[in-house]
Amino acid sequence: MNFPILSSLILLPTVGALFLFFIKEKEGNNTTIKYVALFTTVVNFLISIYLWIAFDQSTSNFQFIEDRTWIEGFINYKVGLDGISILFIILTTFITPLCIISVNNSVKNRLRDFLIAILIMESFMIGVFSALDLVVFYLFFEAGLIPMFLIIGIWGGARRVYSAFKFFLYTLLGSVLMLVAIISIYWITGTTDVVQLYEIGIDVKYQNLLWLAFFSSFAVKTPMWPVHTWLPDAHVEAPTAGSVLLAAILLKMAGYGFIRFSLGLFPVASEVFTPLIYTLSIIAIIFTSLIALMQEDMKKLIAYSSVAHMGFVTLGIFTLQQQGIEGSIIQMISHGLVSAALFLTVGVVYDRMHSRLISTYGGLVSVIPKYSILFMLFALASLGLPGTSGFIGEFLILMGAFKDNFLVAVIASIGVILGAAYMLWLYKRVVFGKLLNEDLKKILDLNRSEYFILSCLAAPILFFGFYPDPLINTIEVSVTDLINMHNTNIASK
Amino acid sequence: MENLNLILPEIFISLSIMFLLILGVFKNDSSKITFNLSLFVILITTIVTFNETFSVTRETLFNESVVIDSMSSLMKIITLIGGFLVLVISSTYLKTFKIYNIEYPVLILSSILGMMVMISSNDLIVFYMGLELQSLALYVLATYNRDQLKSSEAGLKYFVLSALSSGLLLYGCSLIYGFSGSTNFDIISNQLNSEEYILTFGIVFILVGLAFKISAVPFHMWAPDVYEGSPTTVTLFFTIVPKVAALTVFIRFLYVPFLNLIDQWQMIIVFLSIASMVFGAVAAIGQTNIKRLIAYSSIGHIGYTLAGLATASNEGIQSSIIYISIYVVMNLALFSCLLMLRRKDQYYEDIDDLSGLSKNHPLLSLCMLLILFSLAGIPPLAGFFAKFYVFKAVLEQSMYFLAIVGLLSTVIAAFYYLRIIKIMYFDKEKDKYDKDHSLWLKFSLTVSTILILLYFIFPSRLVEVVSRINII
Repeated sequence: MNFPILSSLILLPTVGALFLFFIKEKEGNNTTIKYVALFTTVVNFLISIYLWIAFDQSTSNFQFIEDRTWIEGFINYKVGLDGISILFIILTTFITPLCIISVNNSVKNRLRDFLIAILIMESFMIGVFSALDLVVFYLFFEAGLIPMFLIIGIWGGARRVYSAFKFFLYTLLGSVLMLVAIISIYWITGTTDVVQLYEIGIDVKYQNLLWLAFFSSFAVKTPMWPVHTWLPDAHVEAPTAGSVLLAAILLKMAGYGFIRFSLGLFPVASEVFTPLIYTLSIIAIIFTSLIALMQEDMKKLIAYSSVAHMGFVTLGIFTLQQQGIEGSIIQMISHGLVSAALFLTVGVVYDRMHSRLISTYGGLVSVIPKYSILFMLFALASLGLPGTSGFIGEFLILMGAFKDNFLVAVIASIGVILGAAYMLWLYKRVVFGKLLNEDLKKILDLNRSEYFILSCLAAPILFFGFYPDPLINTIEVSVTDLINMHNTNIASK
Repeated sequence: MENLNLILPEIFISLSIMFLLILGVFKNDSSKITFNLSLFVILITTIVTFNETFSVTRETLFNESVVIDSMSSLMKIITLIGGFLVLVISSTYLKTFKIYNIEYPVLILSSILGMMVMISSNDLIVFYMGLELQSLALYVLATYNRDQLKSSEAGLKYFVLSALSSGLLLYGCSLIYGFSGSTNFDIISNQLNSEEYILTFGIVFILVGLAFKISAVPFHMWAPDVYEGSPTTVTLFFTIVPKVAALTVFIRFLYVPFLNLIDQWQMIIVFLSIASMVFGAVAAIGQTNIKRLIAYSSIGHIGYTLAGLATASNEGIQSSIIYISIYVVMNLALFSCLLMLRRKDQYYEDIDDLSGLSKNHPLLSLCMLLILFSLAGIPPLAGFFAKFYVFKAVLEQSMYFLAIVGLLSTVIAAFYYLRIIKIMYFDKEKDKYDKDHSLWLKFSLTVSTILILLYFIFPSRLVEVVSRINII
């Protein structure tokens, strides 16, 4: 047996957290703690980059597979990667160290516990993206609730308790039905191994109900309209690093779940329910964009824009076209980078002014130019300007949508315009205009670490905007095979 | 000649109880030595039970009125270990209230003896004898802190209601005897058939009595008051040990004498299960006293255990036994935390007393956090697996309604567990609690928390042990 590299990727952050657990926290001197956490996550990032290099792009088979008996005769601990999951893992390992650097200013008390929670969270998130067994997937998927609940609840803002409870109970309620479905799949087919399930398929008569059970969980997590209401609360109250993890990675679990499980396991049901997804996605895109226009709180605005962007993602996935699905994946990666960046930019001014209200600001460009330039880049990436990664995703999704359903695509395109409207208006109100607030005159521009984090995020956004080939090449074969498998399944019915 | 070796543990415990009583009469100030001796007795009994009976497949004694099989030995071991740990972490608490007397270990031993008889019974009379022996000991234990009004009230309430339920049980037994002409479970099983409608009355009476003993809804009313009033260590004993014994008897009744009458009892068990799960979850939300809250949460947990029994399959029984074993560990851990909330000889048991615990006692609150998430059934902690096995068995029988209601009630239940976590982690801190806890208390908390946390690494071990139990 080869070295279990994927398991070590999952375990390493937890080991780091264990180390932190035994380091005593001192008042005012937390550099050791931060460096241990940073070191762990950077090593993890390097391992994941190594995985990407070693990854064979010419096949859609799962690679780096580990398969061990876990509960005898029932569940195997099975993990592996294909072109789709590897990108999400790299996103996770890339965002986490940036989160850890960013806690410098935002988290004042109990830094050690905060970093432990983030590291454990990283383990679970990598686990979700690499699990190849339904039960293992569920385990990681649910376990992530514990650290996130604590992150929002302990280090969050004023209404943190309400938000933490809402977040926890909404997601738990969504996922218990998925557990019923997973156990039912075991009794219907005799296995919970995803690879085997792809081969044998699930009887058509069960598919609709099972699809709905999975949908209930993913819809809450995505979040889709009308169960999106936990997201603005959670985002607004969470500390910056928590919002970043939530927006950049946690939301992607559901999109990933739709591709891996809903499409892969229930092809017939996916066709049946496409109109439902289209409707909900369109409502999410138009409706939440309009809500975003009216927000006075910057974080809330970005949270609603996340819902709209995830609407594009679900729309793209269920076009069941090559471009649509590829676009969705790229959109998720891009949204991961862009929303992380936007939350961090909001975090930067929040740390200085302790206000998230748009009306507090205005005219920032004359006092903090560096900040304003980077903010502009991220705002433009969020609205999908060509040359940023946001454009590639949205463009491919709309292309897929036009192929499948003209009307839906036209309405979704309106959403793009609305996206531009709320993002530009936000930027105008915060950065341009007259400098009215006296306190703003003393505001400091980006310090070294903030500059570093934001540039780290800006680089891939621009790079993949101009040259998306590395992403597309990685996912191409996997997506093609997924669609082929889907079509043969439909044809045989 | 019968093979008395098989009931050596019971004989040994009975003789030790007599010896300890005599010792208490003749020796002054003998509480410490009685405590240690009883611990020793339980230890020896555990070892003997472990050695003697785990090899046996299924043996019967005394005209088949006592049965020793893999289920009885496993449950006896859980009972004994539970009893041992309760006894060992009790002493500080009892000393605080100046009730560190010889009666306490003797009563615990006799109730354990009663439970062992119950667990092994294969006959209505033997079963009833065991039940009464354990109940009488438990009544006294409930009122053990006799200077406190609440404790006396708890004991009296428990006595009256429990006597009533014993009466119902006995009436049910007599009906069953009337129809089958025998008190032996195996013979009853062959004699009964579902044609006789009055027979259903007998079954219902017996099930009501048993449901009372495990405090399933709607026969749960005594539990919150008794749990709140009794001394904390006794509450701990109540929440784990008698439940294990009563569950075993439940299984034995349903799957030996009433095996052919599944149609009659299955709906009853499903109802008890759903009612307990939902009620346990909803009623716990408003509680302010931790012991009361635990009472309601234990009602909920019994609901999940019954869900396994309702399936009428071996997997279901096994999943129930797994559930109760994990539940025992979780409760032990939770009570160990509760016993640590002591400040200057006073114990605190309100939820608000936990406020901000994580600031002053980070380790204790971390343990409590894990235990509570485990009780709520969040993976990857042990409590999740317990529920997972149960619902796996339930879904095998396509009982979707039961599974969905059960899982939805875990979401409701999660709310009140989260509330405690919120109070511990998000609220303002209070004064520090004492840190000089006995070694055994620390030991039981550490071991049980580690078991809960790391159960997911070797989940098959427990399944392996339990899978030897094949009742049907």
